[in-house]
Amino acid sequence: MKTYKEDRLKLLFENLKKEKRGGLGIFIAASDPNLEISLEILKRLPQAGADMIELGMPFSDPMADGPTIQAASLRALKAGGSLKRTLEMVKNFREGDNKTPLVLMGYYNPIYNFGVKNFLNKAIEAGVDGLIIVDLPPEEDEELCLPAQKYNLPFIRLTAPTSDGERLPTILNNASGFIYYVSIMGITGTQSIATQNVQNAVKELKKHTSLPIAVGFGIKTRQDVADVTSFSDAAIVGSAIVNVIEQSLDSNGEGSDKTIADAMALVRDLAAGVKSKKTA
Amino acid sequence: MPTTNSPNTLREGPNENGHFGIFGGRYVAETLMPLILDVEDAWKTAKSDPMFWSELEYYRKHYIGRPSPLYFASRLTDHFQGAKLYFKRDELNHTGAHKINNVMGQALIARRMGKTKIIAETGAGQHGVATATACALFNLECEVFMGAEDVIRQKPNVDRMRLLGAKVHSVTSGSATLKDAMNEALRYWVSKADTHFYIIGTVAGPHPYPQMVRDFQCVIGEETKEQMFEAEGKLPDTLVACIGGGSNAIGLFHPFLDDDVEIIGVEAAGLGINTQQHAASLTGGRPGVLHGNRTYLLQDNDGQITEAHSISAGLDYPGIGPEHSWLFETGRIEYVSATDNEALEAFALCSKLEGIIPALEPSHALAYIKNIISPLPKDHIIVMNMCGRGDKDLEAVIPRLEEMDLL
Repeated sequence: MKTYKEDRLKLLFENLKKEKRGGLGIFIAASDPNLEISLEILKRLPQAGADMIELGMPFSDPMADGPTIQAASLRALKAGGSLKRTLEMVKNFREGDNKTPLVLMGYYNPIYNFGVKNFLNKAIEAGVDGLIIVDLPPEEDEELCLPAQKYNLPFIRLTAPTSDGERLPTILNNASGFIYYVSIMGITGTQSIATQNVQNAVKELKKHTSLPIAVGFGIKTRQDVADVTSFSDAAIVGSAIVNVIEQSLDSNGEGSDKTIADAMALVRDLAAGVKSKKTA
Repeated sequence: MPTTNSPNTLREGPNENGHFGIFGGRYVAETLMPLILDVEDAWKTAKSDPMFWSELEYYRKHYIGRPSPLYFASRLTDHFQGAKLYFKRDELNHTGAHKINNVMGQALIARRMGKTKIIAETGAGQHGVATATACALFNLECEVFMGAEDVIRQKPNVDRMRLLGAKVHSVTSGSATLKDAMNEALRYWVSKADTHFYIIGTVAGPHPYPQMVRDFQCVIGEETKEQMFEAEGKLPDTLVACIGGGSNAIGLFHPFLDDDVEIIGVEAAGLGINTQQHAASLTGGRPGVLHGNRTYLLQDNDGQITEAHSISAGLDYPGIGPEHSWLFETGRIEYVSATDNEALEAFALCSKLEGIIPALEPSHALAYIKNIISPLPKDHIIVMNMCGRGDKDLEAVIPRLEEMDLL
C-alpha cells in the first residue's frame, strides 16, 4: 500500500495565503471531446492560470450535473473515456507538472466497479491529490472516504446552502483537503450565484472549519471569480469552460486546435479575475 | 443486516442507514441529503401515527377500491391441468395498477409535511397517472418527468396525466427513458427543495424510499394472506410476480417472507438474456450504485449504466429495488425471467381464457407460470399478482400478436 505524500493541495493553499489571493479551480471532463484534445487542454491549464484542476470522471448518469456537463460526460464516453483512461491522463499530466493539485470528481459507481483499493492505489500512483465523489455523503463514509483516509488521500466534502448548523458537523467530520461549497440549490451550470448569500454562507462555514473553502456551481465569469475569491479561498469554474469546448466543436462533434485555444482564452480571462482582487 | 435483532425474520430490514445487507443506502449528493432526511422523519412520524393509517385506509377503501379480489382463475387452471392458479386482482384498483397504493400513502405524507407540489418520474406512465390522480384529489400541483421516448410510446397515459392537471416534462437527456427521467426528477427536486415532495414510484432510490414504498405496497400481500385463508384455509404454496423496480412483487412477497411459501420473481428477459437486449438486472447484471442505492444494475465493464430492453415499458429499467438484491443473494426468493415473446403469448392466453386483459408486466409472471404449472399437483396453490391491466399496451401488443399469429 502506497500512501499519498505530495500534499499539493496544502502547499497550494499556503502559497495562495502568502500571495494574498484566492485560487482558480478549473473543471474539465476527462476525454471530452476526445482523449487527445482533452489531454492537451489539461496540460495547458496551469500555464493559462488554473491553480487547481478538477478532472471529471465521465459517468452515464451524472445526477447532480446540469445539461452542459451531462453532455460533456456523454461525449467523453462516446470517445472511449473510462476510469482507466482518466487515470492514464493524470499520469501523463504529472510527467510535465508536479505542482498543480489535481482532484478527481465524479460518481461512485465506476470506482466501486473498479474496486476501491485498486482505485486508490492507481490514483495515488498516477498523481491524484484528492477525490470529490458527488454521491457519497457522510452517511456512506465507509465506502471510500475512510479507505481514502487510510491512504492519506484527501476526500473533499461538498456542503450546500441547506447544510445548516445541525448538518455541518456531520459533513465536516472526516473532511480533508478543502471544503467545496455548492453555491446554489440545484445542479451544475444552471443558475448564477447570489454573491451576498454565498459570502454569508462562507463566513458561517469558516466558523466551523479551518479547512480552505472553495466555491463552485454557478460561477461563470471573471467578475464571479473576482467576487467569490474576495471572501473564499478558491473559485471553481466548470460548466462555463465545458460550454466553450462544446461551442468549438464542428458539425460532427469533432474538436480542433480551436477547441484548445478557446478553452485557454477563457481560463486566462477567468484567471485575471482572481489576480485582480486581494483576499480580505 | 436486518436480521441482527431477530435472526428468525427476514422482514426487519433495512437497518437505520437504509441498508439491506450491502444493498440500499443513501448514495446521493449532499444537496439532496437534507431532503431525504426530512422525508425519513415525516415517514417515521406518520408510520407510528394511527391517524395516518386510518386516513390511508379510508382512501384505500373508498377511492382505490381495496381490498382487491383474490380470484380463482378456473379456466387457466383447467387449461394447464396442474396446480390451482389464483390472481390477486390489483389491476382492478382505480387507475388500473398497483401504483396507486404507494402514491396515496406518499401523497398523504407530502400533505402532512405541508408540501404543495409533487414531482414524479414515470416510465410506462402508470405511476405518473396514479400520481396525477392523487394530486388532483388533494389539490396538489403535479409535475411528471418522463423520457422523451416514452412520451411518444405511451401517448394515452400522457393525455391522461394532462387531463388530470399534471405537467409532463419530456426528458431528452441521456437515453431519454425511465432512468433519465429519474435523474432529471432528482435534479429538479434539488432546486425546489422547499416546496416539492418527490413521490418515487418503485422500491428503489435512496433510503427511506425502498422501505416506505414497500410498506405501502404490503397491503397486497396482507390481503392475499387473509383472502387465501378464507378461500383455502391455508397459505399458498407459491407466489409469483413480475419485477422491474419490484414494487408490486415486494408488496405481495414481503408479508410471506417468514412463511413456508415458495417465492418467485420474474424479470423481463426482452429478446433473451444472452442477447444483451433485456431488463433482467439480477439475472444479467451485477451490484453497483445508481439513483441513491446499491443494487444489481445492468452496466458495462467500466461501471457505465447500460440500456435495458423490454417490450413492457414498466419493466424497462436497468436496476431493481435493493431489497430484491438482498433477497436474491440470501436465496430466499428465486428470480427467473421471461422473454418478450413469452409474455405476449401469456397476454393473449389470459385475455382469451379469463376475460382479463393483463398488462404486459404481469404477463411476464404468467409466462413463467406457464412453464412450471402443469407438472404440479392439483392441490398446489399458486398466487400471481395481476398488478395492472393491459389497455395501455394494446397499441404495442396488437401488431406483435398479429405477427405471431395469435390474433
